[in-house]
Parts: sequence; structure tokens; C-alpha cells
Amino acid sequence: MHVAWRVFCLMGLLTCFVRRWFENQFGSPYKENHSSNDGSCLLFHSTGDVATENSVRIDPMSSAISVSNLHKTYDSGFEALKNINLDIHHGEIFALLGPNGAGKTTLISTICGIVNPTSGTILADGHDIQKEYRAARTKIGLVPQELTTDAFETVWNTVSFSRGLFGKPSKPSHVEKILKDLSLWDKKDNKIITLSGGMKRRVMIAKALSHEPEILFLDEPTAGVDVELRRDMWNVVRALRESGVTIILTTHYIEEAEQMADRIGVISKGEIILVEEKNELMRSLGKKQLRLHLQEEHSAVPDTLAKYGLELAASGSELIYSYDAHEDKTGIASLLKDLDKAGIGFNDIQTKQSSLEEIFVNLVRERK
Amino acid sequence: MNLYAIRAIYLFEMHRTWRTIMQSIISPVISTSLYFVVFGSAIGGRIPEINGVSYGAFIVPGLVMLSLLTQSISNASFGIYFPKFTGTIYELLSAPVSYFEIVIAYVGAAASKSIILGVIILATAALFVPMRIEHPFVMVLFLVLTAVTFSLFGFIIGIWADGFEKLQLVPLMIVTPLTFLGGSFYSIDMLPPFWRTVTLFNPVVYLISGFRWSFYGLSDVHIGTSLAMTLVFLIVCILIVRWMFKTGYRLKS
Ligand SMILES: Nc1ncnc2c1ncn2[C@@H]1O[C@H](COP(=O)(O)OP(=O)(O)OP(=O)(O)O)[C@@H](O)[C@H]1O
Ligand SMILES: [Mg+2]
Repeated sequence: MHVAWRVFCLMGLLTCFVRRWFENQFGSPYKENHSSNDGSCLLFHSTGDVATENSVRIDPMSSAISVSNLHKTYDSGFEALKNINLDIHHGEIFALLGPNGAGKTTLISTICGIVNPTSGTILADGHDIQKEYRAARTKIGLVPQELTTDAFETVWNTVSFSRGLFGKPSKPSHVEKILKDLSLWDKKDNKIITLSGGMKRRVMIAKALSHEPEILFLDEPTAGVDVELRRDMWNVVRALRESGVTIILTTHYIEEAEQMADRIGVISKGEIILVEEKNELMRSLGKKQLRLHLQEEHSAVPDTLAKYGLELAASGSELIYSYDAHEDKTGIASLLKDLDKAGIGFNDIQTKQSSLEEIFVNLVRERK
Repeated sequence: MNLYAIRAIYLFEMHRTWRTIMQSIISPVISTSLYFVVFGSAIGGRIPEINGVSYGAFIVPGLVMLSLLTQSISNASFGIYFPKFTGTIYELLSAPVSYFEIVIAYVGAAASKSIILGVIILATAALFVPMRIEHPFVMVLFLVLTAVTFSLFGFIIGIWADGFEKLQLVPLMIVTPLTFLGGSFYSIDMLPPFWRTVTLFNPVVYLISGFRWSFYGLSDVHIGTSLAMTLVFLIVCILIVRWMFKTGYRLKS
């Protein structure tokens, strides 16, 4: 087999000439950027950073991923992405939420080069994903939503294959580290077909990490994964983030996004409807409401209570007080005293907090 | 050029052959050997020599071509169809490899396999019938050219096919008949004039004729014509592959 490869390499020298001819004759598929992806053999750039010297960065302060005016209409005529504009910062964990069919996978697939964009531009670390596809794709690792693996290959071989495919020289120590981190080491010589679903998912993560990507896409990495494994997976994700890897993930478990993400984006029907710092979101989550059911209906809030910013609801039979649960003084005690002084009686009391889940559900419902 | 990727795909494909060695190497060798036993020894003994070559020896180049064609097509078409079928193609599409590199790796692996197979079959044939190779260089050239051309053709079929039936359809319905009618078992001079003309539209005739010339110096059409026709077919295949990748035909939505 390896003898065949040697012979093939000799022939490869020949094909190098043929390629020159081929491209001179018919043009390179990405002629505009000929200089950055032609002459540079990955073989001679083993450090991995390919073609950066040659290519022009559009914006030196560029984001890890920058999507502008992206549209995608499938051949069926279905418009899956409508004018997407999105910037993913370097080193962050970005969670993309959205109901089934919102376009999460389509967006990720388009960035990774699996789906052709209809229009718009996408930059990965400043490199256009179409014109400088080599430089862009070298930086990206993808764990797709579907479990698709070469059933008859061993874990070790399939992970090493991925590394080669992404243009990196073999490095058994790195593959070993990944497999150990993902608790796959004792399965390294097993054929993938003999693994369970959760293990296959880990194999796919290992494949995506094999070439040491700087940007990692995880499309529903925790679907069908048990609790313990999910925790392991998040540990790996955190460690990656520590090492400076940018991570974009989708999930249907909102608590997960709450725990892991630095920023949260919500997509619905092919449109990005919210992008927010998670902490910002949590601050608005920190807002709580106190509802008091009054004994009598009131037409207005008495002036003595003006400083509380109260609202009347349910045709005057309910008073609503909004406060920040994170503050030391919520003002509830004094409000109740002042109500007593003003002679307003109440017969029930209720507090309420809106969750990210609720915000999410409301946002998405509004769009329907 | 991403040589690591070419190497990874090439070795992956060769490894797949090794795993399926029964199907990809042993079974073609056995079936070709049966041809030699039946046509070369059993029936061939009663058929007169053709231009001084015994019938058993006469059919060797055609039979090698038959295996070379069918195996190149099936190796290459399966090699690219299977990732499409299982979905593992996502990795190829998201990797920093150019179309040219993908083609080189897949077609190179498929062609290597067929060449190895062709050589094994030739060696097997030498056990059954007396053989000579008058123009070894031309023989090797035809072997390589045919393997590459038809691996490329198989690659096209693999991309075009969206089901297993289609994958089988072209080899079964078109290539096998063309090969059998392409002069594997006879010289087209033996045909009535009308059919001789019809046969000249069969591209396989040129391959077999040229290949046989390299063995015995006998040919139905001029060796230059054979070579030219093979090259034309090769270029047509290259153009089709280029178009497929350029448009993402049946690879990307
Ligand atoms: N190849 C395709 N051809 C036509 N339409 C498609 C294709 N792939 C996806 N779609 C449609 O595009 C829309 C978005 O699909 P996508 O897979 O991106 O959703 P998603 O947000 O990932 O959903 P899920 O949470 O279920 O994974 C869906 O309505 C889907 O039917
Ligand atoms: Mg999806």
C-alpha cells in the first residue's frame, strides 16, 4: 500500500506539471486569489498558518467569523437564510439558538463550505471563505449535526485521516491527547461501527479537533448524549476556549447556553432576531416582578407610592412592582409598610421571574 | 498543493481495497481466469490462429482491458459515491483541498488499484497461454492511460449517481456490452462490412485494438488513432469533472 503511494508520488511530480497546464488552460476555480492558494504547498508550511503573508486582510481588527448580507435560497426555492449579518468575536463561545428548521445548520454549513451561499460574504479570521478557501478552512473545525462516520474504519485511523485531509503532518501525540481528553483512548483500535451513538459523537468531535482548528463549530453536540458525557464534553469545550479557540455551538437545551455561552444569538425563520451578551441577558433576567392582588379596585396609584414606579393591572385590582433580585435592598419591605400606611389592603402576593427560555419562546412566537 | 490531503485520501482508498480484497482483487482475477480456461483452453483449441496468434493468446489483451475498464469505473464511482451516500462527504467539502487535489487522490487511487489488478491478471494469463509483449512501453502507456481515463469516468458516474441503481446502471448497461462488442474476443475484420462500420463508433474498440497491438503488433485500427481516441476521451472526462466541481453539481446544495 505504501509502496503504491511512493510510486504514486513520483507520478505526482508529473501531475504538478499537468496541474499548471490544467489551470493555465481552464483557469483556477478561484482565480482572483491565485497567489494565495496556488504556489504555497501546505507541506512546506507545517506550522499551519497558510498564505497569511500573501493575502490582504480586509479588516485587521476582524472577527473570528464575519457574515454579511448572507442569503441562501435552496434549489427547491426555499429561502433558508434571509440577510444574515453576524460577527463572532475571537475566543468567545457563541450559542446559536432557534427552533427546528430555523436555519442554524444551513448557516453553519454555509460558513464551512458545504452549502453554497446564494449571496453575501463570509470571512473566517479575515479570509474570504470562497476566494481564500484554503486559509479559511484550515482554521475551521466542524462537528455536524448528523452522525456520519466511516463505519469500517478504526477510531485512530479516521481521526488521523481528518488531520491529513486538513493539510497537517501526522502527529500521533496530538491525536492521542484528543482521544484521551474525549475518553476514547481505549476504543482507538475499535471499528466505529462497534461504538455507541454517544461515542460516535465524540469521534466526530475528535475528527474536528484533529487539525488544531482555531474556530470550532458544534452543531447540536449534546443531542443524544448522556448527562455524564455532556459534562465531559463541556469540560473539553471550556479547555478549548481557555486555549483561545473560538466556539460556535447550537443547542436546544437553553440551560446549556446559559451555562456555557459568552454571547447568545437567536435565529428564527432564517433571520437573526437577537444577539446579546449573555450577562446582559441575565441582568434583564434578574428583573423580578411582585404582583399584589388588591382587595379593592383602584383607579390610580396614590402619590405616596410614586417612588416605587408601580403599575396597575387587571383593571385596577392588581399592583405590579418590578425590582432587581440581585440588589441588596429590593425595597419590598418598605413597599409593604407604605401600602399599609396608605390603607391599601391585599389578599394575595406573587413573584415571577422570566427565564431565558421564556424570552426565547416569546421572541420566536412573536415572529410566527 | 495540500499533499497531506492527497496522501490521506489515497491511503484511505487503498486501505478500503485491502479491506475488501475479495471483492476488488480476487474475484476479478478468478472470473478472468475462468475466461482463459473456457475460451483459451477449452474452446480456443478448436479455433484457428488469428494472424499467427493462438486464440487463447489473442483474447488476453481484451480480457485485461475488460477488467481494467470495469474495475476502474467501479472503484472510482464507489469511492466517491459512498461518502455521498453515508454523508461523510461533509468533511471533504469543508477541508482545505482543491477540486484538483480531490480528483487526483480519488482517481489516482482507483487507477492504481486497476493497474495492480491488470498486472495480476496479465501474470495469471501467462500461466494459461503463451504470451509475448512486443511493445512493453506502449503496453504500460495504454494500461495507465486507460486506468486513469476510466477511473475519471467512474468518478463522474459516482458524482452523478443519486442511488445504487444508477451506480450499477452505466457499467452494466453500457460499459460491459461495449467491451464485449469491442473486439475482446474477435478481430473486427471478422465482421461483415456494415457491422465493422458500426463498431468504429464504439470507443472501446480503439482501446482494445491499441492494447493488442502492443502485445502482438496486430491491430484493427491504427495505433495512432487508438491513442488519439483515448486521449480525446480523457480530455472529455476532465472537462466534465471540472464542470461538476465548478457548479457543485450533486455535491453541494
Ligand atoms: N437541502 C435542502 N433543500 C431544501 N431545503 C432545505 C435543505 N436543507 C434544509 N432545508 C430547509 O431549510 C430550513 C432550515 O434548515 P436547517 O437544517 O438549517 O434548520 P436547523 O435550524 O438546523 O433545524 P434543527 O434544529 O432541526 O436542526 C428548513 O426549513 C429545511 O427544511
Ligand atoms: Mg440543524
